[in-house]
Amino acid sequence: MEKRTRADTFVEEISASPGGEGICLCIQCGTCTASCPNADRMDHTPSQLIAMARAGMKEEVLSSNAMWHCLSCYLCTVRCPRGIKQTDLMHALECLAIREGLSSGRTRTPAMYRSFNDFVYSLGSLPEFGFMTWFYMLTNPLRAFRMIPVALSLLRHGRLSIKARRLTPEGTSQLKAILDKAESLGGAS
Amino acid sequence: MRYYTYFPGCSSSEGGAKAYGWSTQAVSKVLDIELIELDDWNCCGSTPYSSIEELASFCLSARNLALAEKRGLDLVTPCSSCYVILNRTNSHLKEYPQLKAKVDEALAAGGLEYHGTVRVRHLLDVFVNDIGYDEIRAKVKINLGGLKVAPYYGCQMVRPRPSFDHPENPQSLDKLIAGLGGEPVPFPLKSRCCGGSLIISEEALALELIRKIFDSALSNGAECLVTPCPLCQTNLDAYQSRVNHKFKANFNLPVLFFTQLMGVAFGLSDEDLGLKTCIVPTERVLAKYL
Repeated sequence: MEKRTRADTFVEEISASPGGEGICLCIQCGTCTASCPNADRMDHTPSQLIAMARAGMKEEVLSSNAMWHCLSCYLCTVRCPRGIKQTDLMHALECLAIREGLSSGRTRTPAMYRSFNDFVYSLGSLPEFGFMTWFYMLTNPLRAFRMIPVALSLLRHGRLSIKARRLTPEGTSQLKAILDKAESLGGAS
Repeated sequence: MRYYTYFPGCSSSEGGAKAYGWSTQAVSKVLDIELIELDDWNCCGSTPYSSIEELASFCLSARNLALAEKRGLDLVTPCSSCYVILNRTNSHLKEYPQLKAKVDEALAAGGLEYHGTVRVRHLLDVFVNDIGYDEIRAKVKINLGGLKVAPYYGCQMVRPRPSFDHPENPQSLDKLIAGLGGEPVPFPLKSRCCGGSLIISEEALALELIRKIFDSALSNGAECLVTPCPLCQTNLDAYQSRVNHKFKANFNLPVLFFTQLMGVAFGLSDEDLGLKTCIVPTERVLAKYL
């Protein structure tokens, strides 16, 4: 009988996400890490993260701050000699971390993404001012205060719209129906 | 006249990069391009949706693509993030049949279907490849007379999929600037990241990346930067004073949308191009052309 290890299950979970399947191809050359503008801010580098995932270190990987520092600049993706979609892989890890309730508390990026998505879900568009204010109030009201000069300069230059762009009522309900259906279908894998 | 379906994206429609939308329309008119805005489009979801709610992010894009498919024209966006996200959906739907089945089911809940036929293009691609450098040069009324410009491509217009330009050393914007009479300066960080949306959650990290970009531009003699991305423009322009504050620097580099620079060379008015929306004043470098 085939023996399945903890590592197999985690790697399979990752592989099931679009782009995650490349995890098996990694040769640990480190090109992604060397290319990443933010690798020095990550508790584990992108290549370490892959090695850890393949060793079955699920909790350590999913609670890492690494994927939350990914900028989606795709430099790793275009350079990977094995054709791994490294950025998509990072997104897959972010999705899994959220699903398992393990997302890193050392970065505010998950909360920022959440606030962004909540606005887009309810309006179908992103009102930048509302989203940023909401996020700062939620995570660090002091920061909202420190952002006032930037907000004022945007306002003075006519770049801060308080009003959100709205879809038509039909468009809004159509989008909600699509997104609610997506929600009921589970993840992308 | 050439016709395209237009997807402005949140930023360039009613958001912080309104001037990008205005200048896009003004310059397109000069080039005999008609951009017809997609009716009732929704936000592409950008990086936040694709990071934590993958299926929903593909569905957000797929609704836009399905609406655009009914028109049968190329879908053009001036926003690098919309461009990468909409293209990602197109290619993933082809590559992952299981994903496509789920997206189809979700779309059906909204009475839509998508067959994968829409070509998503970046505005810069349309300008340089459909119209061409020569035709653009022919519309120049005010030669930029050697204005030193750093072409800042950013990341998501050139990566990850093979597109109309090189993923690490792109040239299209350089050639475009030269065609307007400007001088594109050598700029090694031209396709490096500005920090993107992490400027909101991890400001220190993003300011450091922006500082490096300014250093690179300035040390090569740039008088200003141009970019084809609303997020890059906002980060480099609105946060320039914070970079100065944090690193005790005194950068004073105007950051323009490439369409604004084209508009100046085409002799369009300040109002058409929204130059006053730039936070770092542009007069110092542009006054002689206006």
